[in-house]
Formats: sequence, structure tokens, C-alpha cells
Amino acid sequence: MSVRFQLTEDQRALRAGMRELLERRFGREALRAAVDAPGRLDRELWRALGDAGFFALRLPEADGGVGLGLPEAVLAFEEAGRALLPGPLVATHLAAGAVPGAATGETVVAAVDGELVEWLEAADVVRGQASGAVALRSLDPLTPLHRTPAAGATGTGTQDPVAVLLTAAEQLGTAVRVGELAVQHARNRTQFGQPIGAFQAVKHLCADLLVRTETARVAVYAAAVTADPADIAAARLLADEAAVQGARDCLQVHGGMGFTWEADVHLHLKRAWVRARRGGGSTESEELLAARLTA
Amino acid sequence: MDLSFTPEEEDFRARLRDWLAKALPTLPAKPSPADWPGRRAYDLGWQRMLYDAGYADVHWDASPTTRLIFLEETERAGAPYVGANFVGLLHAGPTVAAEGTAEQRARWLPPILRGEEVWCQGFSEPGAGSDLAALRTRAWRDGDDYVVSGSKIWTSHAEVADWCELLVRTDPDVPKHKGITWLAMPMDADGITVRPLRTLAGSAEFAEVFLDEVRVPAGNRVGAENDGWRVTMVTLSFERGTAFVGEVVACRRVLAELARAARENGRWDDPVLRRRLGRLEAEFRALWRLTQWNVSEAEANGGVPGAGGSVFKLRYSHARQELYDTAADVLGPAALDLDRPWVLDRLSALSYTIAAGTSQIQRNIVAERILGLPKGR
Repeated sequence: MSVRFQLTEDQRALRAGMRELLERRFGREALRAAVDAPGRLDRELWRALGDAGFFALRLPEADGGVGLGLPEAVLAFEEAGRALLPGPLVATHLAAGAVPGAATGETVVAAVDGELVEWLEAADVVRGQASGAVALRSLDPLTPLHRTPAAGATGTGTQDPVAVLLTAAEQLGTAVRVGELAVQHARNRTQFGQPIGAFQAVKHLCADLLVRTETARVAVYAAAVTADPADIAAARLLADEAAVQGARDCLQVHGGMGFTWEADVHLHLKRAWVRARRGGGSTESEELLAARLTA
Repeated sequence: MDLSFTPEEEDFRARLRDWLAKALPTLPAKPSPADWPGRRAYDLGWQRMLYDAGYADVHWDASPTTRLIFLEETERAGAPYVGANFVGLLHAGPTVAAEGTAEQRARWLPPILRGEEVWCQGFSEPGAGSDLAALRTRAWRDGDDYVVSGSKIWTSHAEVADWCELLVRTDPDVPKHKGITWLAMPMDADGITVRPLRTLAGSAEFAEVFLDEVRVPAGNRVGAENDGWRVTMVTLSFERGTAFVGEVVACRRVLAELARAARENGRWDDPVLRRRLGRLEAEFRALWRLTQWNVSEAEANGGVPGAGGSVFKLRYSHARQELYDTAADVLGPAALDLDRPWVLDRLSALSYTIAAGTSQIQRNIVAERILGLPKGR
């Protein structure tokens, strides 16, 4: 007797399993090693993700997939975002069943997204028109980027709503992680004789971070249940905000340390900025929701 | 994760819809905001209709999901709000139900359900707002009575209330939370002066209540003497559960009306305004989901609202203000005309980040109780 809008036991287990896998295979040392070797994709890790069903999650069991749905995919991508997992995750996941080897993690698939392509050189297959693409010096050390010359020629216009939703799930993971980092730092860092988290100015930054995260969480989860493009657009807007503003606030809570290369905060912020640009930014989602209002 | 309802819940919704369609046309005309006796009669009359139809105790006994459906459907149908029944149904009643004796429950609860008695709340004081436990209204024992002196503020419906759920200090010599007692004060007792308090919206929604040696029978005490703080916390947790369900439904309707108005007056062609409306649509969709999430969580926890209520209140109170600020942009110069729709709502929205725990207090609650950050000075 209820709305039952909560995670099921199986969904909790799936999320916990994904977190455990990523902590084991892509812990802090692996993360920093990846930062020091830009552009290199860990193919062994990619196959491990394939073995765990990350790419084949929504593929029917008859086609060798796991046969789960969007809610489960969203939980897996939330964990990937939380761990800062690098690689063309969304593109390869969407290619499962369409591009041979994508489902198992044998094949790495990149996709042209408007003027940008993530992980072009590391990919075995590129979907969309990428000829003449030129490498950028990427803002995010963990996401190599190319820019295509034909601005908006292919892959633009209406974005695949599933791609938008999975990106929102990654953003949610970032918001969750930067919230953990901010609270951890606020508890441990002492100034004026007390943990800085005892000061309301710091406390309120952390509280607002949580409020944005939890609002984004329900928007992302609900969109995964309904698959309604307007719900997905809403999830995207709220998750982008939660991730980008959350990373900014986390950086602020870290003080001087937040401005260093050594602290992980900048990696989260930069990735959140990269994801917020996907699909040409947030304008399309805002317009879609506005149009719904008068429908 | 599931957003569908059980057949029983759908059945409850369908029957409620049918009843609302028949009942609402029989309501009398809505009284003017300044007509206090008229408002009392109207609000109590609505509660009586709910009672006769078997919906009177939906705030008390129904599952959180059933309550959600009730609030959603009554708002959609344009039914009256709880109004003068608010404190009785959502604060004092639940407190008496949880903490009162059998005799007290039999005395006070049925008249609330039947729409016969109005309660008001005497909690806040001029010197005790966010720091409620600092309240100084004194009560001392004299025979079978407590004698109460002090003053209360922000008391809604004091003009027409029969009872006041009153917090008083019975022991000034112990830590502030430990010397408070909960009393039900009859509003016709000698020594009570009610002075309306005009808000910035021009209306007299609240009152100040001055108490000069008011005698309250000791039998009107709920819970033990000096245990009133704990008794009160039972009440406050009800306030943050499903209190805003109807309002979120209403805000989504206002947002659609704003979009229509913008199309009509041409402001829709301004992409900045249009996208701001799109963002608000995202916001209120998410707030509706947050409501469903919190209700599901309460359902799983045996009906107890969790700390998610503070998260919701922080986000919602800000969103409501943003909604009516955007309405002002849609209206243009008409935003300065008090006779236009949404202009008064914009003013009353200003109370949302203050009432029932300011946003600053809510952030402290979130940071300390959910995130576990240390208390500071």
C-alpha cells in the first residue's frame, strides 16, 4: 500500500555492487594514475565493466544482455559519475546490441555530439560524422576532446533522451561525491579552535549542496521510471546544477587546498562542466519544458 | 522504484473525485478575508462535510499515500483549504491523540473532526522565534489551576478560536528545554486580549495574544509538567510531513497559467523569460517527485516523516518565491497592481522562508542531523 518510490532491495544491491567494483578497480591511486596518463583508456577495466554487465544492462536477456531497465542503468551511471570513471561510457552503453563487442566491453565506442567528440582516438568505433576532427587541449584531464569542423552537421538537433538521462545520472554521482568530500573536509579541518563545519557559513554551503543533490536525485530516478522526455529534461537541468554548483561549493569549502591540482575537487568540477556541455548545453531542455507548459 | 498506485489507492482516488464533484457545488459562497466569523463558519462547515463523507480523519489515520492522494485531489478540484481547522487537525489534535489521556482525547478530538471547535497555537513569543525554547510566558500552580501570564505572537485564527495549544514556562530554574509545559487554554477565559497583527500583505492573518493571570485548569495539561518540549516535538514532526502537497499541485497550475498569460501578452517571445519558465517547470516537477519520495519513505518507516521534510521545505519555499517573482516578469507593469492575480501571492510568498522554521534554521537542521556536522556557536 504505497507509492513505493524508493529503491528496491535488488536496486540497492546493484548500486552497492557497482560501487564495490569501482572502488576495487578504480580507486584513488588508479584515478590519479589516469590523470597522469591523459588519453589512455584502461581496456582491462573496460572489459571488467563489460563482464559486470555495465554496457549490456538494458539489453534483453535473449540478446545476451542483463535485461534490466533504465532505473538500474541510472544507478550504475550514478556510481560511475561518483567514481569519476573515465571513457565514453554513455556512447558505448547506447551502442550495446548495435555495435559488435560494445556490450561485452571488447569494443570502445565514441559518438559525435554536436561539435564535440569525447575519446575519439581511444575508440574502436565512432558513431556520427567525425572526419576532420581536431584535438583540443581538453579542460578535463580525464576526457580527451576533439572538435569537428562541420558545426552542427550531424548528431545535433534532438538528443537521444536516454543519453541525456544517463549523463544526468553521472552528474548526480558527482554531486553525491563532492558532497561527501565537502562534509569530510568540514569535519576534519580545524580553524579558530573548532572544525570549520561548526561555522554556519560553511554548514549552510554543505546543507544547500545536499538539498540540490537530493532534489536532483528524485528527478533523475523519476525520469528513469517514466522515461518521459520532459521528466528527463527536468532531471538534466537539476543534475547539471547539483553537480556544477556542488563542485564549486566543495572547492570553496576546501579553501586553498581546493585550488590545488593534488585535491580531487577540480577533477569533479571539470568533468561536470564537460557533461553540462553535452547535447549543446541546457537550452534544449529548458525549451522542451517551456513548450510542455503550453501544451 | 515504482510510481504507480495500488488498486485500493486508485479506488480511493476515484471515490473521492466523485464525491468532490457532487459536494463542492453545494458549498456556500466564500466569505471575504476580513469576515472572521464568516471564515470560521465556512471552514468548519467544510470539515463537517468531510466528516459526514468519512474523510475527516484522513490527516490522522490514513496511510501517507492515501493522504497524498487526498491532498492532491482536493487541490485539483479546488476544494477549500483546512483554514481555521489547521491547528486542530495538524498540530493540537495529533498531539492530544499521541500524548493525551483517554478523557482528554474524548473531550477534544471529536469536536475537531466534526468541525465544531477551532484551535489556535500559542508557541512563538516576541523573544522566542527560531529559539522557541527560550519562551518566557510563565505559569504557576494555584490550587487546581495554572495561572498564566505573558504574550504570544503569530497566532493565526486567535479571533475565532475556542482553544489554544499553549506552551508555558513552569520551571525557570532548569535548562530551557526542561521547564516547559503544554496546556489547552480555553480562549473565553478572563485575562486574554487578542490584537490583530497586520502583515506586509495588508491582511490580518495573525494576532498577538496577551495573557494576564489567565486561569487554566490543571486537567488541561497534556503530558507531565515540564515535559512540554517533548510533547511539542510530536506535533512539529507532523507539520513537515505532507503539509505542502496541495501547494505544490497549486504551484504547478499557476505555472501553466503564467505560460498562457505570457503567450497572450507577447512576453513568451523573450527567450530568457521562456527558459526561466522552463526551469521552474523542472523545479516543480522535481518538488512533486520529492513529495512522493518522502511519502514513500514515511510509508516504509511506519508513517513517521523523516528529515527529508527539511530538504523539501528549503527547496520549496525558495521555488515558490521564484515562481511569483517570475510572475511579476510576466505581468510587467501590472506587477505593481494589487488587483491583478499573483501580486498578493508574491507578497505572501515572502513568509515561506521564515515561517515554520526559517531557511537558516532548516539549513542547520540539514547540516547537523543529516550530514552530522558539529554544532557551533
